[in-house]
Amino acid sequence: MHRKSVDVWVGLFVLLGLAALLFLALKAGNMSTLSFGNTYLVTAKFDNIGGLKPQAPLKSAGVVVGRVGDIKFDSKTYQALVTLELEAGYKFPKDSSLKILTAGLLGEQYIGIEAGGDTNNLVNGDRIARTSSATVLEDLINQFIYSKAAEGKQEESK
Amino acid sequence: MIVLDWLAAIGRYLREGIAQLGFATRFFFHLLGMTPGALRRPGLISEQTHFIGNYSLVIIIVSGLFVGMVLALQGYHTLNAYGAEQKLGEVVAAALLRELGPVVTALLFAGRAGTSLTAQIGLMKAGEQLSAMEMMAINPIQRVLAPRFLAGIIALPVLATIFSAVGVMGGWLVGVKLIGVDEGAFWSQMQANIDVQADVINSVIKSFVFGIAVTFTALFQGYFAQPTPEDVSRATTRTVVIASLMVWGLDFVMTAIMFNK
Repeated sequence: MHRKSVDVWVGLFVLLGLAALLFLALKAGNMSTLSFGNTYLVTAKFDNIGGLKPQAPLKSAGVVVGRVGDIKFDSKTYQALVTLELEAGYKFPKDSSLKILTAGLLGEQYIGIEAGGDTNNLVNGDRIARTSSATVLEDLINQFIYSKAAEGKQEESK
Repeated sequence: MIVLDWLAAIGRYLREGIAQLGFATRFFFHLLGMTPGALRRPGLISEQTHFIGNYSLVIIIVSGLFVGMVLALQGYHTLNAYGAEQKLGEVVAAALLRELGPVVTALLFAGRAGTSLTAQIGLMKAGEQLSAMEMMAINPIQRVLAPRFLAGIIALPVLATIFSAVGVMGGWLVGVKLIGVDEGAFWSQMQANIDVQADVINSVIKSFVFGIAVTFTALFQGYFAQPTPEDVSRATTRTVVIASLMVWGLDFVMTAIMFNK
């Protein structure tokens, strides 16, 4: 099979397409933030995960140190069982605490991890005990209404 | 009695339409069966990819650029009303990747490459070239149609990706350079919210399916056109109409499957 001059043009055409695909994947997509490094798994139980989704970021001091993996329901304790994938380079003490936070006022939810003071670090398969659930907007509103009602009653009984 | 004739005409029209659909499906699988044989002559496929793909680059790049620029302009005005102009990058990229890239490329492809394929094959048939090939014991479907089919399904995803990429750049040009949206916010919002798996890969899958549909329609209409100049020109019109309708229908189905969370 001998080469024709048309092969060069077709090759360039396909290369242009691949370059476009690479551009879209890296610049326009989230590929550059996908870590292909080693991760170790840690589990945690939450009373309420709110709007947390798989692949949500796990941040410490605002920097992404891992991702949320699986989210399952524990039918014995009626809690949510969340598997976290932490990047191998980041070590956290065994008594670290987890909080579910919201990015911005009405943004996506993520998990914030705060280091504790233990000398031993988390390893693959550990369970994080200290967790606090997501704030549900309706509960906040209920709290507000009841506190206002209680204030009102106090004023009356004076 | 005129009513009966009329009903009979509808019934006949429907039955012919369904028979044509079945015939086209059978021909599709026949063509698929011929493609392994066509792979033995990559020179032919390369030549056709040049003809179909390279010559469509100008219109795809210019259209992509302008679609991206217009999206940025229109999107800015609406987003600004809600104070969300930081999201402009995400809106432009999402619209292009999910819908406009594959669909507009497929429609332009049907108009540019589809019509030229239909005309070329129709004229080959009118000039009895295909019959001459059969006389020489060369299978015209394997020699003529299959390479063009493979070239089409290679070219369309490439073109659609180029369209989306150029569109994003056009959106950047208008949004950041012309209007003055913050450059960091433009790219970071886009990167945070455009998922490579859900959006970019789905866009490639969509354009691949469109490539199959449009290229096959063009080849089918050309191959089975009557060997007269009038019918060849009518066949090119049919190619564009049928291919466009198929693209819209397939787009709806695939969007419903892919973006149904």
